[in-house]
This record gives sequence, C-alpha cells and structure tokens, in this order.
Amino acid sequence: MSPRFKEIDFIGVFLWLFRAVIIVLVIYGTVAKLFLGVGNTYSASTWLDFFISGLSQGSLYALIALGYTMVYGVLFMINFAHGEFFMSGAVTSTVLVATYLSASGFLDSNPLLGLLLITAVSILTAIGISLLTERIAYRPLRRAPRLVPLITAIGASFFWQYFFRGLFGSALIPFPVPAVLQGRISIFGLEFLRTRVVVMATTVLALIFLSLFIQRTKTGKAIRAVAEDKDVAALMGINVDRTISITFAIGASMAGIAGVLWGLVFRQVHFYMGFVPGIKAFTAAVFGGIGSIPGAALGGLLLGVIEAVGPPLFLEGLGLTGAHQLKDVIAFTMLVLVLIFRPQGLIGEKLAEKKA
Amino acid sequence: MTQTANFGKAVRIGLIAGVVALSVSAIGMVQSFDVRDIITGVLTLGQLLLFGAALLAGYFSWQKGEGVAPLGVVLRGLTAGLLTAVPVIALIFLTIAWPGIRTSFVNVSPALIEILTFGQEPVTGSLILLAVMGVLGVLGAAFDMLPQRIQKPLLYGLLWTLCIGLLSEILLLILRPYAPRGLLSFLFGAKGITPVTAVLIFILATVGSAWWAAQGQGAMQQRRATMSPSTATQLRRLNIGLLIIFILMLPIIMGTYLTEVANIVGTFILMGLGLNIVVGFAGLLDLGYVAFFAIGAYVMGLLTTEGHLGIGGLSFWTALPFSVLAATTAGIILGIPVLRMRGDYLAIVTLGFGEIIRVLVVSDLLKPYIGGAQGILQIGRPQIGSFVFVQPQHFYYLILAGCLLAAFVSWRFRDARLGRQWMALREDEDVAEAMGIRLVSTKLMAFATGAAFSGLAGAIFAARLSSIFPHSFNLLISINVLSLIIVGGLGSLPGVVVGALVLVGLPELLREFAEYRMLLYGALLIVTMLLRPEGLWPSPIRRRELHEAEEMAHRHDDELEEASSLA
Repeated sequence: MSPRFKEIDFIGVFLWLFRAVIIVLVIYGTVAKLFLGVGNTYSASTWLDFFISGLSQGSLYALIALGYTMVYGVLFMINFAHGEFFMSGAVTSTVLVATYLSASGFLDSNPLLGLLLITAVSILTAIGISLLTERIAYRPLRRAPRLVPLITAIGASFFWQYFFRGLFGSALIPFPVPAVLQGRISIFGLEFLRTRVVVMATTVLALIFLSLFIQRTKTGKAIRAVAEDKDVAALMGINVDRTISITFAIGASMAGIAGVLWGLVFRQVHFYMGFVPGIKAFTAAVFGGIGSIPGAALGGLLLGVIEAVGPPLFLEGLGLTGAHQLKDVIAFTMLVLVLIFRPQGLIGEKLAEKKA
Repeated sequence: MTQTANFGKAVRIGLIAGVVALSVSAIGMVQSFDVRDIITGVLTLGQLLLFGAALLAGYFSWQKGEGVAPLGVVLRGLTAGLLTAVPVIALIFLTIAWPGIRTSFVNVSPALIEILTFGQEPVTGSLILLAVMGVLGVLGAAFDMLPQRIQKPLLYGLLWTLCIGLLSEILLLILRPYAPRGLLSFLFGAKGITPVTAVLIFILATVGSAWWAAQGQGAMQQRRATMSPSTATQLRRLNIGLLIIFILMLPIIMGTYLTEVANIVGTFILMGLGLNIVVGFAGLLDLGYVAFFAIGAYVMGLLTTEGHLGIGGLSFWTALPFSVLAATTAGIILGIPVLRMRGDYLAIVTLGFGEIIRVLVVSDLLKPYIGGAQGILQIGRPQIGSFVFVQPQHFYYLILAGCLLAAFVSWRFRDARLGRQWMALREDEDVAEAMGIRLVSTKLMAFATGAAFSGLAGAIFAARLSSIFPHSFNLLISINVLSLIIVGGLGSLPGVVVGALVLVGLPELLREFAEYRMLLYGALLIVTMLLRPEGLWPSPIRRRELHEAEEMAHRHDDELEEASSLA
C-alpha cells in the first residue's frame, strides 16, 4: 500500500468519526430531552411556536438565499456582499420612508399601501447597490482567478456596511410595525403572530413570482442560458453582461423584500444586520444545493426550523447551559458539515462538488 | 463627432467625481477628517478629499493621445471640475430646504455645511466652491500636457508635501526632544505644517526628484555597475547593518506612544506572516484566522493568570510553548476536515469555524472555564531574571524577536522544497498532485505553520495587555490581516511589513480614520484587486506570473490581429 492511501484512510476515518460524534450527540440530546425529561419541559403549543418561528425565520433565509444561488448559478462565485444588499434596502427604506410614514400616521391608516411603498424603496436601493457593486467590483474581474472576485466581494461587503453606518449612524433604528400587524391571529384554532403570517405569505408569493419569471419569460430563459454556458449564450445573441446584471438585480430585489420583512419581525434595523443573515442564507443555499432555486427555498426553511427547534430540543437535552445562545453555533456547524460532507446539497447537481 | 463624445467623457467623469464627493461628505468623512490640518490654515485632510476628487476628475476628463487642442483640454477640465461641485452644492441647498435632514442623515451637520461653504453664506460659499473646483479641474486636465520631465518631479513634490503635512504631528513628537523650540514653531503649526514649510518641502522635493531623474539615478546605477562584487556585498551588508541598528534604536527615538503603535503593527506583522503562508504561499483563503490568535491568547491567559480562572500559574516563558502548540494543534484539527475543499468554499467554512469559536467563547456554556464576556484578567508578565516586561518598549523587543523568527522561518520555508510545494498547490492543485506532491501533509503544514505564528502573536498580545476580552477576537481582525497581506502583496515578506505599516500603522496614528477604517479597507481591497493585484511590494515570482499572463494576452492579441490582417 502506498503512503497516499494510508493518508486517505486516516482522513476518511477522521471524517467518519466526526460525523458519528455529531449524530450520536444529536440523537442522545433529543432522546434525553423528550423521554428522560432533562432540562425544562415545554407544552405542545410552545413546540409549535418554536416550529412556526423557525419557518418564518427560514423564509427570510430563503429569500436572501435566492440571491446567492442565482448569482452562483451564472457566475460560479459566492457574492459575499449579498447580505449587504439586504441591509442596504432595509436600512434605507426604514430611515427615509418608514419613519416618516409612521410619524404622519399614514402607515397605521393605510398599512398595505405604506408597506408597499417601503418595500419599493427597499427593493430599489438594494438593486442600485447590487448593480453598482457588480459593475465596479465584479465585472472587470470576470476572467481573473477565482479567489480575486471573492476578495473584492469581501471588500465590497465591508465597504457597504461602513458606508451605511456613516450615512445613517451606528445606532439601532426602530422599524415601525403598523397597528394591524401587531399581536396574534388565530387560524384553524392555532395562534400565530401576525407578522410571521405576513412573512410566510410574502415569501410564498415572491417564490411563485420568481419561478414563473425564470421559467416563462424571455429574460428568465436568457438567465438559464447564461448559467448553462456563457460563451454559447453570447453566440446565440444574448447580452451576457446585461443578463448577469439582471440576475444580480433579481437577487437584490428578493433581498430588499426580505429586508422589510426582517424589520417587521425584529422591529429594528442596523448597519451590521446583513452580515450574519448573509452567511446563514449562504448556508441555506448550499444546504439546498447551490445554483438551484427550489433548493434555496428548501434549505432556508430547513435551516430556520433546525435553528429554532435545535437549541431547546437536543442542546438542552445534552444539559448545556445557555442553549439559546448557541443558535448560531448550530447554523455554522451545519454550514461546515454540509460543505464537508455534501457540497452538492440536498437537491443540487453534482457540479457543485467539482467547482468547490 | 469625437469632440462631443469626449465632452461626454468629461461630463460623466465629473458627475462620478461629484457623487463621490457628495458621498464622502454625507457619510461624515469630510467633517471628521477636517480636524487634521495638512497645511495650517490652508488645507485640511477633509478638504483634500473634496479637492482631490475635482483634481482627479480634471485629470481623467479627456482621452489622452487623441490630439485634443489645449483649449479643448482646459474646457474639458473645467466641465469636469464644475460638475464635481454640483452635487455638493445640491447638498448645501438641500439642508436649507429640509432642515430635518439630520434626523435621517446623521452626518449632514451644520459643521459639515460650514466646511463645504468655507464658513460663508450658502450662495457665496457655493460660488467659491464652484470656482475652486473648476480651477482644480483645469489644473488636473492641464497636468498631462506638461512634458514628462516636469510631470514626475511635480507629482513627487506634491506627494511629499502632503505626506509630511499629514504626519506632522508624529514628526513633531519625534523631533521635540532634539530640535530647538523656535525652529519647531516656525516649521509646524497647531496641527500641520506652516505654509512656509509646505512651500519649502514642495520646492525641495520637486528639485530633488528632478535632479535625481536627470543626474543622480544614472550616476548611481553607473557606480553600482562599475563596483567590484566584493564592494557591492560589503555595501549591502552595511545597509542591512544600518537598518538593524535603526530598528533596534526605534523605541528610544519614538517614545512610549509611538512604541505602543509599533507594537500593534508588530503584532499584525506577526499574524500577517502566518496568514501569508496559508493564503500567499499555499493559496488557501482562510477567513477564520483570528481563531488561532484567540487560542494563543487564551492559553497564555489561562496558564499564567493569577485570577480565579488560572490553571498551573506558569511563567510566560513556560506557557509560551503551550500557547503555540495549542494554536498549531487547532490549526491541524480544523485543517483536516477542510482538506478537500478549495477556493471560496474553504473561505466560508473557515469563516464558520471562526464564528463558532467566537460564539462559544462569549457563551454561558464556557464561562466557568474561560470567563465569558468578562475575559481573563491579571495575566502574568514576562520576566527574565529579575527584569519584568512592563513598558511598551520592553514588549517592542519581544514582538520584534517574534517577527524576526517568523520572517526567518517563512523565508527558509519559501525557498525550501515545502515552499515550492505550497506554490505549486496554489497554482493548480490537480497538477501539483500529479507531480507527486502530497496534498494532505503539505496543506496541513501550511495550516499548522500559519496557526503557530498566530498563536505566538496571541500569546504576546495577552501578556502585553495583561487582560483579554472576547470582543478583541472578532472577525474584523481576520479581515484586517487579510487586507494587509493582499495590499502589501500576496506571498511577499516585505509586502507584509509594508501592508501592516500602511493599513495598521497609519490608522493608529491618524485617529480620525478609526471610524472609516473598515470602509477604507473595503475600498482598498477592491482597488488593489482591480489596479494592482500583485500588491504594493510584490514578490518577484508573483509579479512575473501576473505580467507574464498579461504579456501572453498581448502577444495573443497581436497574433490574432496579424492573422486577421493577413486574411
């Protein structure tokens, strides 16, 4: 046996051990929680609440993840700055529109129109920022080695974060929630927070709209063609640069919608709010299979649910103190595990592995 | 036809510059940089930002080598300069039309408007601004019509004046003990150089560089060419010797404050040397690098602290190997799972690792062991015999020793078989593997060495501050280190030093930068990648590679043209 084979075995064994330890921990924690009664006990409706809040959080991840997945589909690059598109829309629309609409009472008297207006501004800002970023930081580097656009993306991400910090200040900015959307609503005898219902409904609408756009329109076809093969697409008379810009704009508009929904759920926005959701949405995109739109949706929902149910379920079951603080650890561990063991994701193509 | 097209360019560039000027004003850069005078009473750093935009707009307002008539050049420069002023003037009048603007845009303050209008009424101030920017635009445009012979010295003269003006506070700090007070108050104003000094420096630098270009450089090269090899070696040794003496003397010249800054720069150099091995040599983009720094610091803290968290109560020197070892082990353990990953996925996974460690450190879970958000206090100071390291000057030598060790190791590794394996890996993993390079051990060596340097930096960091808190180990450190090695030049050892001086040293000295540091880093990363991907002080190999690719492309283009012309 050659030395190389031994090395592979050693690594393989290590990875298998890693996998086994995680699985054992999760199963042990769950069993301990549910059947041995370790830690607090929750009622069925509390569990349902965890699940619903996970779903609504997950739909936000899904909306942001669409941007990652679409850009990766056409350019094979991780648009590290995508979280900042989301932030820019949320922060700008809150400061320049929502605050004034709420102060004048318009938001409470006309909640639908007000929210539509806020969302429109959010989408437009996010699109503007995304097009600017694409034009300056990515387009000139189309033929550069793969690490180069990633580095400019990191640069763009920090640039926009601190740009908006300079513009609107570093304080937390409250997002006004219209009176109609405060409190709970009961559907089929179950209690839901109203904002969560709005989040899930909007996400479903946005997803349907997006898949129709990609499948039915000429532009959608062009995007798919560019994702398949840029050179051939160019030969077929498709303006590749324009199509890539449109892809960025669509991803950014989804992020803009997510920005307003995020404000509704968390009631505040902040210049740093794009970073962690950005990474988590990327996790969701990879989890579902990067490059695939249904994959991003599925990955987002799953990640949201695992993140919400995980800490009370198996982390508390393991007897860890302060389990709720470890929500992010679950998300990042999932990111690492998915990238190590299944880089093509749940429903992705095998292609991702080759590119990774 | 072409004439109008060129005016289109002037308009476009002018508007872009105007939007840039508007942005730097609106995000508060102009105002916070305005406290630093470059030339007392004449020019502040904040104004330089605005005026620089107009100057550059003028310079880029016309297509070089298209035979534009002098009048055309002036007109184009004027257009670009005036247009640069327009968005800024719009901002001035917006504040009048909408007095509540500050509740939305926090940095659009009365102080900013006062700077933009030169303290005059809005209308007068706007006219002055328009005039100044127009003139600057013309100057910028006219600059390229000067003969090459004059252009360069002028540029150098300008840059020297600005640099010395910018750093006048530090120069003053250094010179104060040595120079007579009268001379200093003649040369330096309250927070910058006096106009007389500025003129003097400008003339000196311009004439100096003109002379250098005309005479000095040639003479020097000639002398070097005729020198015998042994004299050349001796000269080089002498230079290196002088440099070493200078570096050793630095803390004595600089005083406590500047030494403290040098220590921060040194810590970043040490980390940069480590990350340079991982990213620069082996091409593995690691965004969780701060984790090893944190591990080094925490192990040092736990082993030497006299507080309740302490284990062992070791001395600094006994704990040091454990810190480095712990960081190295962590480097290998985190390295194994990511062995099969490349490029961007690797970057994201390492980022994830870094975040996991950060969340764990501040969580209640590990609080009984490592102190949670309260951190570790009373960390032991290094001690040799009865001599205890307390002053920044003492730590300077410790950090210097660490940097020299790391630089020596990097330099030897780079030229050894291992270093060449790393570079092969960076260029093409599959080909490297086919050439018989063992990917696993080579990659793990890179992770381990990089982590070891970072652990060393962390250990010294903990001892220097004698208390550590989790918030000192956030992602921004990783991004700082990454930015400095990229701006300095990936894979280049002097590049790390230059990068750290520019990206860490300058912002530490110019405190106004603090708030805009990450913004400028972000912009610098993009600009570096677009304009000078090899960095400020590139490694020779990388420069050759990058330019080879360019030349190849040119040659390819030429061949294509030839072929098409033949056909």
